[in-house]
Amino acid sequence: MGAPVTVSQLTVVAQGRAGEQAIVGNLSFSIAPGEVLALIGESGSGKTTTALALMGHARSGCRIAGGSIRIGDIDVLSLAPAATRRLRGCTVAYIAQSAAASFNPSRSIMDQVIEPARIHRLLSRTEAEAKAVALFRELALPDPEHIGARYPHQVSGGQLQRLMAAMALITDPQLVILDEPTTALDVTTQIEVLRAFRRVVRERRATAVYVSHDLAVVAQMADHILVLRDGTMRELGCTEQIIEAPRHEYTQSLLAAALPRQRTAGQASSTAQTQALLQVSELSAGYGQNVVLQDIDLKLYRGQAIGVIGESGSGKTTLARAIAGLMAPSKGRIRFDGQDLAPRLAQRSKEDLRRIQIVFQMADTALNPSQTVSSILARPLQFYRGLRGAALQARIDELLDLVQLPAALAQRLPGGLSGGQKQRVNLARALAAEPDLILCDEVTSALDTVVGAAVLDLMAQLRRELGVSYLFISHDLHTVRSVCDEIVVMQHGRKLAQVARADFERGPHHPYYELLARSVPELRRGWLDEVPAAAV
Amino acid sequence: MNDSALPTATATAAAPSATAPRRAARGAVRRAFHRVNRVGLASLAVLLFWLLAALLGPSLMSNGGSSLGDDAVFAPVSAAHWFGTDYLGRDVLARVVQGTRLTIGVALAATLLASGCGTLLALLAAASGRWIDAVLSRAVDTLTSVPGKMFALIMVAAFGSSLPTLILTAGIIYLPGAYRIARSLAVNIDAMDYVTVARARGEGRLYIMLHEILPNIVGPMLADLGLRFVYVVLLLASLSFLGLGVQPPAADWGSLVRENIGALPVGGAAIIMPALSIASLTIAVNLLIDNLPWRSGHEAH
Repeated sequence: MGAPVTVSQLTVVAQGRAGEQAIVGNLSFSIAPGEVLALIGESGSGKTTTALALMGHARSGCRIAGGSIRIGDIDVLSLAPAATRRLRGCTVAYIAQSAAASFNPSRSIMDQVIEPARIHRLLSRTEAEAKAVALFRELALPDPEHIGARYPHQVSGGQLQRLMAAMALITDPQLVILDEPTTALDVTTQIEVLRAFRRVVRERRATAVYVSHDLAVVAQMADHILVLRDGTMRELGCTEQIIEAPRHEYTQSLLAAALPRQRTAGQASSTAQTQALLQVSELSAGYGQNVVLQDIDLKLYRGQAIGVIGESGSGKTTLARAIAGLMAPSKGRIRFDGQDLAPRLAQRSKEDLRRIQIVFQMADTALNPSQTVSSILARPLQFYRGLRGAALQARIDELLDLVQLPAALAQRLPGGLSGGQKQRVNLARALAAEPDLILCDEVTSALDTVVGAAVLDLMAQLRRELGVSYLFISHDLHTVRSVCDEIVVMQHGRKLAQVARADFERGPHHPYYELLARSVPELRRGWLDEVPAAAV
Repeated sequence: MNDSALPTATATAAAPSATAPRRAARGAVRRAFHRVNRVGLASLAVLLFWLLAALLGPSLMSNGGSSLGDDAVFAPVSAAHWFGTDYLGRDVLARVVQGTRLTIGVALAATLLASGCGTLLALLAAASGRWIDAVLSRAVDTLTSVPGKMFALIMVAAFGSSLPTLILTAGIIYLPGAYRIARSLAVNIDAMDYVTVARARGEGRLYIMLHEILPNIVGPMLADLGLRFVYVVLLLASLSFLGLGVQPPAADWGSLVRENIGALPVGGAAIIMPALSIASLTIAVNLLIDNLPWRSGHEAH
């Protein structure tokens, strides 16, 4: 049975260049025992900071400056250091986003799962192990008796996330904090993990805080939702009210971004061309004996957007790399605009390279941190077109304008840009080459819902205005559906199915496509109960 | 972050002005200076003192350290001779100041040689991949397997002790360390998407080395350059102490220690002061690097 949680006037400050800055300001809320409260907001909204504060912890450089937090009859912020240590892992448990990063790779899973109980001397080793096995069973882990003897790399990501839940629950905490626990998982795995989490939380009637940026996931888990932005509360209400009748305009914009929307070019006539822009036939590729791609066939017409979808390890990124020439295929042909493309980068002409550009997922690693925006954009212009002086400057301004960034940004380094701005610069660099085809590798996966939706809008608009084609790689069916004319489904390096836009909603499809489509969380309560158990 | 709200705020802030970048740069220097803590400032002062001594010392020291004085041999510290006198009765302060130029000059040249070549080879290895990387790395490993002082002895025995030989020897001995560090940094940068994008654009190897990778490893490499300088100073001092380094009548600090070894039983300042000079220079450089603001928080800017 969980404890009631009361937070009042919580303020967390961060040490900035201009003195201390509040990153969470005057936050007050309470959670009834056994209820689940969701904290939702974009990155930087203070949701993780708030969750950590519940354990009396502030990240380095931050400080809890005021307010009070009560869990049951414990006043968290006035505890002595030793008592705070006892609180953490014992009264309050934390489940982090990436289980893979939270487990020690060189110790067995059982050792780590029972560690909280052992550190706090709550249970003997045999008792703790028996309890862990019971938890494994409750969390629907395979082979609960023996899975503890394995090491973290021997289980899947979804299983590891559930094992981390077992680690958190072994001390019977009164409050469980789940910080984006399924964000790093594939959709089909996410369902199972969500189901397991919800069952244990309900059965134990634990009080829980669920931190997420995904409204659809939260709608399945939470009783109440607290919407945060810039460290202040925008709206707090029960789940039905928030998703059906949001009052605050920010909540409304979050909901609008989460809803499926058509972003097509709306010019079906252009597909009348008989010659495909890109034609991939019987393409195979791999690393040594390890075959990653097998016999892929793909046709893309000018102005078309094709989505390639699959879970991690399905070979979709390898496909993009092979088309870009970054990886030589072992078999098959790639024809571009009627001509064969050389398999290797070094054998392709500058003109071939210019016409295919690639845009990567993580704008953080895709932009050189030591070059200004203007020099990042200038390079392809100088390299392919030989532009210089005023013409170069004019073109840079034009490109920034095209991706809806102010010209003043040109002198900044990527470190001074927000995630959405970086992704726009990333896109602008590809557009600088005036390509015919842009390979987009998970371009919106690292962005918040609202920002990601804006980037997708921009991409659809660019397609209409410039007539570029996209090969859009994603694990998110929802995103792919909204921008693409056709969807290619991949699994284990093979193409399973190709679905045209007209048939998105019409079946029957390949069972794996159906499974993926079913697994995308829907923004309504009770969705999780209706989805049949996934049988992969 | 909010995409639409941010730009308007910045548009007004960055009003076009020709002096803006220069002013920003000066502000950055001042900020960096303020962020260096007291230990860092003290070491900077010691380092500047020795640099000034190297630049101006010989012209300020009128009596010339090589002329024989009338004073007693191994005289203690006095008002006339702040560092005492050496085994020929010469002023040790003058000798030390005159040795500064040799000590710092040779060490600096050798360090620049080691770090510069090491970094360039590392960039080549990281940007080229496989074959060139393997060949370069194994060649450098081979160099590492030869003990430094032994190598120096062989070099001096074979080519005689001249300044170019000393610089080249110290440069070769400390190249593998610089190469290893630069390569591991460069390989990490090479895996970044922006390097892949540059490659997919069709950029040549040289562009990737110098424009995409180098600017991102130059910070840590400068910190390493300072440490390497300390090692080189110590190596050259020990070579001179063994009589293999700078040859008389010229003298660096290491040879001053050797010359005045006779002062050890009588406790003369003649041997302590050059040794203290070596210690103060190396410790100051070390502490300065440890307390540089950008070393710990390069991303914080």
